[in-house]
Amino acid sequence: MTTDEQTLFDSNEITLSMGPQHPSTHGVLQVKLKLDGERVLDAECVIGYLHRGVEKLGEHQTYGQFLPTLDRMDYIAAVSNCLGYCEAIERLLGIEAPPRAQYVRVLLTELNRISSHLLWLGTHALDIGAMTVFLYCFREREEVLKIFENYCGARLTTHIFRIGGLQYEIYDGFEEQVRTFVKDFPKKIDEYEQLLTENRIWIGRTRGVGVLTKEEAIDLGVTGPCLRASGLEWDIRKSNPYAAYSEFDFEIPVGEYGDTYDRYLCRIEEMRQSNRIVAQAVEKIPDGPIKAKVSKIIKPPVGDIYHSIEAPKGELGYYVVSDQTTLPYRVRVRPPSYVNLQALRQMVTGHMVADVVAVIGTLDIVLGEVDR
Amino acid sequence: MAEDNEKQPTSSPDSDSAGGNETPSPDPAPQMDPGPKPAVPAGPEADARPVVPKPPPKKPAAPAKPKGPQQEPWSDALVDALKEKFPAQVLDSYRFLSQRQLVVKKDQITDIMAFLRRNEIEPFDFLSDETATHWPEDEEFELVFNLFSFETHGRLRVKTRIKEWESIESLVSVWPGADWLEREAYDMFGIQFANHPNLKRILLPEDWVGFPLRKDYDIRLQDVEWVRKHLGIDSGQKFYVGKAKHGDD
Repeated sequence: MTTDEQTLFDSNEITLSMGPQHPSTHGVLQVKLKLDGERVLDAECVIGYLHRGVEKLGEHQTYGQFLPTLDRMDYIAAVSNCLGYCEAIERLLGIEAPPRAQYVRVLLTELNRISSHLLWLGTHALDIGAMTVFLYCFREREEVLKIFENYCGARLTTHIFRIGGLQYEIYDGFEEQVRTFVKDFPKKIDEYEQLLTENRIWIGRTRGVGVLTKEEAIDLGVTGPCLRASGLEWDIRKSNPYAAYSEFDFEIPVGEYGDTYDRYLCRIEEMRQSNRIVAQAVEKIPDGPIKAKVSKIIKPPVGDIYHSIEAPKGELGYYVVSDQTTLPYRVRVRPPSYVNLQALRQMVTGHMVADVVAVIGTLDIVLGEVDR
Repeated sequence: MAEDNEKQPTSSPDSDSAGGNETPSPDPAPQMDPGPKPAVPAGPEADARPVVPKPPPKKPAAPAKPKGPQQEPWSDALVDALKEKFPAQVLDSYRFLSQRQLVVKKDQITDIMAFLRRNEIEPFDFLSDETATHWPEDEEFELVFNLFSFETHGRLRVKTRIKEWESIESLVSVWPGADWLEREAYDMFGIQFANHPNLKRILLPEDWVGFPLRKDYDIRLQDVEWVRKHLGIDSGQKFYVGKAKHGDD
């Protein structure tokens, strides 16, 4: 008789399975939560629903054929995926893309960062209950995707670069379109900020939620805006410049408390900085060839390389082993979302159920990349 | 998908074993590329090609060794300190494509990593990546750790080899973030990490049989039993765990 009472009234622990079909998990992520009332005692992520074996596929496709597959990892930031892999293989081959290609690459990658952050901001705000921001963000994201569409014919899975440079010359009116976007965009960011930054509900839902200290973030391997919001000024674009990033003037926004609100501010500021980079790049795209001389059959020398770039979500690394055949011996992708998601458990433990939604949003994960 | 590039999983590094020998004639003999042709005959492309002026100086220079980036020996204060602290553990240290690499024995891997993380010469405080490569000829896995230093912005790649049946100490005690990376390595290669807090599959289902990123796991292979049991369908695959052979021959 007492046991029944105990289970009913003394112990409030229940297990809640959130996802994989849940609108705020941004894909097929399952989070198993152990709850005491509304408080989260523990959490475990179940992933792999979208596992397609990208690394295995890489071993069975030639170096060039693998590029479209990579777009399907982080499909929100396909341009970054492409850039990292192309540069890794170029380094392995000992070639370098011509300056014109480098500039266009930087430009498009930064536009992609903007579109990725816009999607994050829209869905993150929607999760927390701010509907308007979502519509605003998608309005601007559309402009970016139109530029991609005009440039290469695709909006999401772009397959935008090639090993050695670019496939396509920029189209007529490209610069004009980019300039118009760059000119208008800062005002649009102000609009989002007007809706959120001082908003009492927004602050209430994000400040102090999902705190990650600098040490914890480093221990857990968290990278990108999540790490910077915890107070570590580290951006691969600055620390180990690739492409043409060393020639641009931009700043790294850094947070202080490492909570959801700081991460929000960091990403907002990153959009402004990306906008700055695009504005600089479009004014000084050098003339010249767009592709270095690359042999039709790519057989890199025996050896391995690790090359990483600053993707919108964090450090995106490629570790490629070549055995001097046409197929890579091993392709390893170091996915930022996968490693960042690891921090979820630490970030939600002790918080409310509703905060789990906010924390998943703030981590900015893409399940295509988590599962690969 | 990629049926036309069948790759022999155990292809040796000499390039003429691969299926890429049909070097198309429009290939304009690129300068930087180390050469898709392994330079076997003396004058292979002499047939009425006006671009011959370039190859002749290169060809005699590299008949035995294919030209390309080589491993350069590398050492610095950190390597010396490491060698002093862990005698006989450091097997090799070199640069390849200006990336620093360190080959160590697996026995004291956590101590070595803890030292690399907390030393004062160049603290590599960030574990970027931990992964593995399968070398079936040697029956070995090569574990690859990519480290990063926030102080110097330098990278270091630490490698260690274990036999397929051996286990290696988990790095979770040094970097808690190694947790999921090691789980993935276990999931994909079946590498056992000793003292890992929660070593179970992460991307594949818990009861899946086989380790997909091993070289003897054919790309079209899948756990047919699992598919039948959980999805209630016959996968239609001609490849089965354990007997990978071409069904459509």
